[in-house]
Amino acid sequence: MSTQTLTERPARSTLFDGMTRYIPIGATVALLLALYFGGVANYRNFDKPQVIANLFIDNAPLLVIAVGMTFVILSGGIDLSVGSVMAFSTMTCAWLTVEAGLSAPLVVALVLVFGTGWGLLIGAVIHYFNVQPFIATLVGLFLFRGLTLQISTSDMSMREVKFFQWGMTHVEVGGGIRQGGFWLPYLSFAAIAVVAVAFVVLHYTRFGRGVYAVGGNEQSALLMGLPVARTKIGVYVVSGFCASLAGVLAAFATKSADPLRHVGAELDAIAAVVIGGTLLTGGAGFVLGTLAGVMVWGLLNTLIQFQGNLSSWWARIVMGVLLLAFILLQRGLARSGEKRRT
Amino acid sequence: MNNALNRVLANQYARRLMWPVLVLLVLIAVNIAVTGFDFIWPHVSDGRLSGAFVNILRRSAPLLLIALGMTLVIATKGIDLSVGAVYAIGAAIACQTIIDGTDQSAAGLIFRAVAIALVATAVIGAWNGTMVAYFGIQPIVATLILMIAGRGIAQLVTGGQIPKVQDSSPFTELGRGEILTVPVPIWIAAAVFAALVLLTRRTALGMLLEAVGGNPEASRLAGIRSKGITVLVYLVCGLCAGLAGLIGAANLGSADANNGGLWIELDAILAVVIGGTSLLGGRFYLLGTAIGVVIIGTLGDTIINIGLSDQWQFTVKAIVVFIVALLQSPEFRAWVFKPFKRRPAAPAAAPAEEVLAK
Repeated sequence: MSTQTLTERPARSTLFDGMTRYIPIGATVALLLALYFGGVANYRNFDKPQVIANLFIDNAPLLVIAVGMTFVILSGGIDLSVGSVMAFSTMTCAWLTVEAGLSAPLVVALVLVFGTGWGLLIGAVIHYFNVQPFIATLVGLFLFRGLTLQISTSDMSMREVKFFQWGMTHVEVGGGIRQGGFWLPYLSFAAIAVVAVAFVVLHYTRFGRGVYAVGGNEQSALLMGLPVARTKIGVYVVSGFCASLAGVLAAFATKSADPLRHVGAELDAIAAVVIGGTLLTGGAGFVLGTLAGVMVWGLLNTLIQFQGNLSSWWARIVMGVLLLAFILLQRGLARSGEKRRT
Repeated sequence: MNNALNRVLANQYARRLMWPVLVLLVLIAVNIAVTGFDFIWPHVSDGRLSGAFVNILRRSAPLLLIALGMTLVIATKGIDLSVGAVYAIGAAIACQTIIDGTDQSAAGLIFRAVAIALVATAVIGAWNGTMVAYFGIQPIVATLILMIAGRGIAQLVTGGQIPKVQDSSPFTELGRGEILTVPVPIWIAAAVFAALVLLTRRTALGMLLEAVGGNPEASRLAGIRSKGITVLVYLVCGLCAGLAGLIGAANLGSADANNGGLWIELDAILAVVIGGTSLLGGRFYLLGTAIGVVIIGTLGDTIINIGLSDQWQFTVKAIVVFIVALLQSPEFRAWVFKPFKRRPAAPAAAPAEEVLAK
């Protein structure tokens, strides 16, 4: 009997063991393919490569914050401030370049440093003062929306600043749209690079393994001698950096700053992460799943555009239904995992 | 013995409520200092009570309703993120039902609209509770689904338009009318507050709630039907959100699916936390929540009164959340008050033992 208690593993680690852990991401990819081929079958021009390229153009900022959010959620936390930090970053870019006349590269660097610093601060508050992530990042949500509105209550254009032309400068692949190719702007490459770096960091570095360990069971991670403090604060630093980078990308994409843009972006990011197969309780998931989740969101919007007579709020309803389906799927897998063990 | 027990209980509540009450008094004092005594003193004009503070209470009524429901949910160790969306759904259903009717002043129609809206929001609340209690999904995740999809549903109800109810319709009385000179929203909020206080403090329900929040498994083993209670609590929270949506819609005479009740869930959670209820579940303080709501309402007016722009709202709120969150953290208090703490009593104990030994 005593041997049985020794070999018995805690319920948490039975989640997504072995091949089971690929089921959610497999479901996401299947969904993605179904949406795509459903679109190809029903609409003309849906099979053009540019349709896929557009996903990476329109959703580049969302992709970047979702990657940051993946780190936070994997570690068992949540970051509600990303939408506001993003809007604040875009607004600061506009304000410092247009009103204060600073040079644009310097401003971008400042914004990125600021976002990272904010992540460091809030991560430290969460870890050292044991404040719940939900409440601590709520501060950021209110604070940066407020500061953004204080800088300007209306749109601010950056069209005059030459530097911000860079982001939409594009590369043509396969001879451009006319010859069946597509074009992709630099900012999409930046977003894809973020995904690639995040993939490497999460799966092939000590920090990445630490994120999974802390999310799986913080107490065990601590007892194993992992640097829990560094990891827990680190994920908010990553998220803060990603949020400010997403703000910069949004500045590149639209060349204007709207103080009320990206309200609720944090929800879209969380939804994309969950649909991408990451467990909201932390410890299990993939950054490439998040990519798939963002693509699902993008494809839903694209399908609605192609249909033409549907309103954009259908995307939100479908997203809610998908979220429900994926959460129930995860729950079912976790339960069957527990049963197998006992 | 009984007397002493009562005093301890009273003290505990008093201690919990001391800080919120103090903050509220300071805010009121600042307002009185800036705008004069009229701020707090209501006067009757056109047969209705008015004055700055009465207006604050009237405008805070929807938030109070939601925060009360949220208090109960948080007491069971849960959280309900969907209340803002449920607010929008309640408002949308009521307004759409009324403008679909032929005579917008017909009492039957308005009664039906209110009833449909409340039933729908109660069902939504029960759905949230079922997800939490029977499917075992974390509350934050379970309610996130409706937070994301809910505003879409509200737009589905209104067809993407903003339904406007005629100003002559008695429905608007829910938000603008008055009974015995006191505005209707204040009556509704006060009635719900009284009902919930009686239900939770005069029956065993309150204790059961705290038991479920303290430890769901232990309370289940003790013979409490924790699942049923959880569903009930989310149902009440959904109902409160729907009622708040009705008041909000009646006040505006329209239902905006996108912006109605935007971020009200965050305000409600903030009010609950200010009121002294811990997000970790267990003990809850309905009166504290009510004070928290009035603090948030007064804060908005204070910002305008002391001459800051409206944009400061968010910033000030952020600072308040930050301070409250830090003050509630034992680690933070230990860190800040360490220099002021007297030396631990351990060395003092040794001489006492020597005395005993002699």
